[in-house]
Amino acid sequence: MESPRTDQQLQEQFRHKVGLAEMLKGGVIMDVTNAEQAKIAEEAGAVAVMALERIPSDIRKMGGIARMSNPGMISEIQKAVSIPVMAKARIGHFAEAQILEALGVDFIDESEVLTPADNQNHIYKHDFKVPFVCGCRNLGEALRRIGEGAAMMRTKGEAGSGDIVEAVTHMREVTEGIRRLQMMRKDEMMAEAKRLGAPYRVLVETAELGKLPVPNFAAGGIATPADAALMMQLGAESVFVGSGIFASEDPAPRAKAIVDAVTFFDDPAKLVEVSMTLGEAMKGRAVNEMDESEKMAGRGW
Amino acid sequence: MKPVGLLTLQGDYEKHRQAFAALGHPTRNVRRPNELDDVSCLVIPGGESTTLSRLIDRTGLREPLREFAASHPVMGTCAGLIMMARELDGEAPADFGVAPLGLLDCTVRRNGYGRQIDSFTAEVAAGPLLGDDDPFSAVFIRAPRIVDVGPAAEVVADLDGEPVAVRSGSLLGLTFHPELTDDLRIQRAFLDLV
Repeated sequence: MESPRTDQQLQEQFRHKVGLAEMLKGGVIMDVTNAEQAKIAEEAGAVAVMALERIPSDIRKMGGIARMSNPGMISEIQKAVSIPVMAKARIGHFAEAQILEALGVDFIDESEVLTPADNQNHIYKHDFKVPFVCGCRNLGEALRRIGEGAAMMRTKGEAGSGDIVEAVTHMREVTEGIRRLQMMRKDEMMAEAKRLGAPYRVLVETAELGKLPVPNFAAGGIATPADAALMMQLGAESVFVGSGIFASEDPAPRAKAIVDAVTFFDDPAKLVEVSMTLGEAMKGRAVNEMDESEKMAGRGW
Repeated sequence: MKPVGLLTLQGDYEKHRQAFAALGHPTRNVRRPNELDDVSCLVIPGGESTTLSRLIDRTGLREPLREFAASHPVMGTCAGLIMMARELDGEAPADFGVAPLGLLDCTVRRNGYGRQIDSFTAEVAAGPLLGDDDPFSAVFIRAPRIVDVGPAAEVVADLDGEPVAVRSGSLLGLTFHPELTDDLRIQRAFLDLV
């Protein structure tokens, strides 16, 4: 697992990382805390699972320091399912990321759901062979993470809230930022890079493509098939569901319904069909009633 | 000619769309059985085979896909090949619920090269598929392995002697992802089957 030495090797490695992100498109990535939940997720049709000791809504309740999950627990989940297994490292905690890479996880989420380990720096993700996903609230943040080597972006939303409002805000921020770039002349782009605090070359590439150069998924507050369909229609290429499934009263049918809703996100009749028999969604907490200190999205920059 | 069908249940179908668009061929999404009527051929994209298999059943596409394949060209890449295979090898319990369509006479092992950190790019020899001897730079992502090829299928690309693509009539399955590179020779070869 040594670092690539030439630009060409680096590009090839990055293509493999983005390649896996491409394979997860149009799918649902579910948070699971044990092998049994992982099997429920796989059976429902999840494209990947995120292995963590507590779902975000429980991390909120418990308080204390949230760290990388126990490798033994992640390993149990790797044995239980055949789909990709992701795990979270704290922002800036590259040693946790090294451990997760050595464990053979398929994707690392450098996540604001865990307590940050570095108030200045995120992980330099090009150093790793394993791909990373990172959260963002706006275009500048997304481009900074891609500049560091993230192979997938997701909205931060507000994890564990069950409230979709922040994910919507962040997705709209990113797409609006890209639309603005596309209307710019070449000679205005350096000033925009300065304004956003974004790496110039990634910004120009984004302007040319009309989308982020890596897949852009939604996360943070998705609790229902309708939430998933909303995020897909706003431009998300897949969705992460954290607490939304296993904090609900009907995890297995809800997991399946959200998978179907992502495939048929633009077909209201189908959304009716998949939502019809579901029970109560997670209770959740409204983000606008939260104290600033309770919010996770402000972690990282 | 009708458009190229893309099975858009889940996976990297946008990459396939871009590749056919670069060749000037329109594509059409297929998520429902009746949508197969409007396409000349079908691509089953890369993605997660556990997800694809379940969605094929939930959408009622299993039998319509088999009928379509009896008279139309179909290309599967990676998870698409897994879905086209006759059978899967070496997995328990119950292949994690992946039920292949049985279109190609070969046995496939999911994640046969390991986990994501084992993903790689390699030059493959694809003379029988492409009609030329220039190697094809192939991207393998958590790729399946073809562990057995039956008499009804023919190996059309290999990596150091190991099969990485098989064809049976106008049905084509690849363990790698031609849609992730700019070399469009494989898409051209597939369109020649249409």
